[in-house]
Amino acid sequence: MARITLSDLAHSYVQNPKNEKDYALRTLNHEWEDGAAYALLGPSGCGKSTLLNIISGILTPSHGRILFDDKDVTFEETTDRNIAQVFQFPVVYDTMTVQQNLEFPLKNRGMDAKYISQRVSSIARSIKVEDIMHKKAQGLTADQKQKISLGRGMVREDVNAILFDEPLTVIDPHMKWELRTQLKALHKELKHTMIFVTHDQTEALTFADKVVVMNVGEVVQIGTPQELFEKPAHTFVGYFIGSPGMNILEAEVHGNHALIGEHTLKLEHTYKALKGKVELGIRPEFMTLCEEGRGIKIEIERIEDVAHHKIVRARYNNANVNIIVDEDTIITDTMTNMTFDMTRVNIYENSWLVEGEKI
Amino acid sequence: MKKTVNQKAWFLVLPVLLLVGFSAVIPLMTVVNYSIQDTFGNNQFFPAGLEWFEEILHSERIHDALGRQVLFTGIIMAIEIPLGIFIALNMPKGGVWASVCLVLVALPLLVPWNVVGTIWQIFGRTDIGLLGYTLASMGIDYNYTQDILSAWITLIIMDVWHWTSLVVLLCYAGLQSIPSAYYQAAKIDQASRWNVFRYIELPKMMGVLLIASLLRFMDSFMIYTEPMVVTGGGPGNATTFLSIDLVKMAIGQFDLGPAAAFSLIYFLVILLVSWAFFTIMTNIDKQEK
Repeated sequence: MARITLSDLAHSYVQNPKNEKDYALRTLNHEWEDGAAYALLGPSGCGKSTLLNIISGILTPSHGRILFDDKDVTFEETTDRNIAQVFQFPVVYDTMTVQQNLEFPLKNRGMDAKYISQRVSSIARSIKVEDIMHKKAQGLTADQKQKISLGRGMVREDVNAILFDEPLTVIDPHMKWELRTQLKALHKELKHTMIFVTHDQTEALTFADKVVVMNVGEVVQIGTPQELFEKPAHTFVGYFIGSPGMNILEAEVHGNHALIGEHTLKLEHTYKALKGKVELGIRPEFMTLCEEGRGIKIEIERIEDVAHHKIVRARYNNANVNIIVDEDTIITDTMTNMTFDMTRVNIYENSWLVEGEKI
Repeated sequence: MKKTVNQKAWFLVLPVLLLVGFSAVIPLMTVVNYSIQDTFGNNQFFPAGLEWFEEILHSERIHDALGRQVLFTGIIMAIEIPLGIFIALNMPKGGVWASVCLVLVALPLLVPWNVVGTIWQIFGRTDIGLLGYTLASMGIDYNYTQDILSAWITLIIMDVWHWTSLVVLLCYAGLQSIPSAYYQAAKIDQASRWNVFRYIELPKMMGVLLIASLLRFMDSFMIYTEPMVVTGGGPGNATTFLSIDLVKMAIGQFDLGPAAAFSLIYFLVILLVSWAFFTIMTNIDKQEK
């Protein structure tokens, strides 16, 4: 187990990168705390796999350094980094039994036979594969195989970090949930540093203590699931996380007043003069649909009934507005206005969050 | 799924049946016909029962030819399969050199059988052949027309030169289909090079290796042209394999009856071995699953 430090790390697949666009991963400084569970979240092609491959040693970064504790491992081979990785699809040794699969990394490191059998049976108990220990790995289901590749990583006690590269892609939906819960439990039990790459926000938010949100080669926010939800640092985080995502409305902000369309809202904070594109962001969860006469009038397009609530899809001032309404609320024809929970409003300048001063 | 019954559909199969009939069954039946009859010439035949089959099964000449055949097939497979795997493992995985290697490797496969024979026939001659002349001038006693060992070595090297490429190409294709994640996982597990081969590459190559072995078995068991051109079955009968012996019997001696019985037995042996081979291999595969 180790603290992983990324220092001025950047990577480009192009030989001589000329501008920012040539970088798959833009300059990044970050410290992954020892024993924490992280999720790397972002859309396809945002650079999250590049980052993971740099940590695991498959790629050598074109700039910067990577440290495990205080040891520089930038140019070290995967073999020497003592990390474990679980891949997108299950990687097991087909001709070996489950038992042999789990023993393999320890045997290769020349461990003592007694220690191996003890360690393997304890891991087998943790990942719940005791009943299939003597089966050939070839005949197992995808989720069992994925558990074994996970087990092969965890069987080494001193492993620096366990990296997951979208490991639930090939798993059936009902097994996904179970595996994720097990993973979480294993993390609590064994306290390995875990980095989990995914493009699925539910996966990221349920698994991780801290989520790193990436977009076009750049880390846009690192925070707890709650922080990402309440205070998205960038409008991208706002609408990438949440279902539906945050409502982003064009605004003019003067001091503690925001003008959206023809309506002026009184803000909870006061802001200095803002330049460039100014937007107001509010989560659908923090809005209410109300009767005419209060709030701001919107054009409702349709109402969707999803499991535990209703989503009102509407338009205001040439922008989409979504509002989440309780499933028992009866929406009448006269409910055509929206109001905001002003304590939950965020202001963005050129897509980045601006903190105002408390009045 | 619900199936419609329509007996007229049989007519759709008819063309294939006719084609197979003319291409395989009818020619084969003429052989069967010869194998159970005897003749004293003048195109007059009379039934001979299973006499020819008994004669062939007890013939020492055939036993010897079969022994030579099994030895030859065994040796070339023992060389070509491991060598093919070894070459495939060491070929570049991508880029220009991969294409160059593939073309070079595939070249021997494009040479016609009798040209291969001619090449080696001349190559090995001690008077004008590069190989034969060089060996002779080095003082090595090499002469494939007189020395049994030289003849065998020449034929084996020729076959290895001609057909290892097939094994290489098939194995290469098998290796290319292994996702890179397997190699990364092996690195993470600190697997040795041997273990990578033993637990990743070999299992993933089993399918193509099965095909390669089967093809090499069938082809080498039926080999005719190349040894015929190089040694003509000699010196003596030292390289007279089954096909060569069969042709000698059928066309040289014009013993149509025994030759027909011989070819049927020959055919059944190949069919049986191939079937057994295939069944065993696929069963092993299933058991593992």
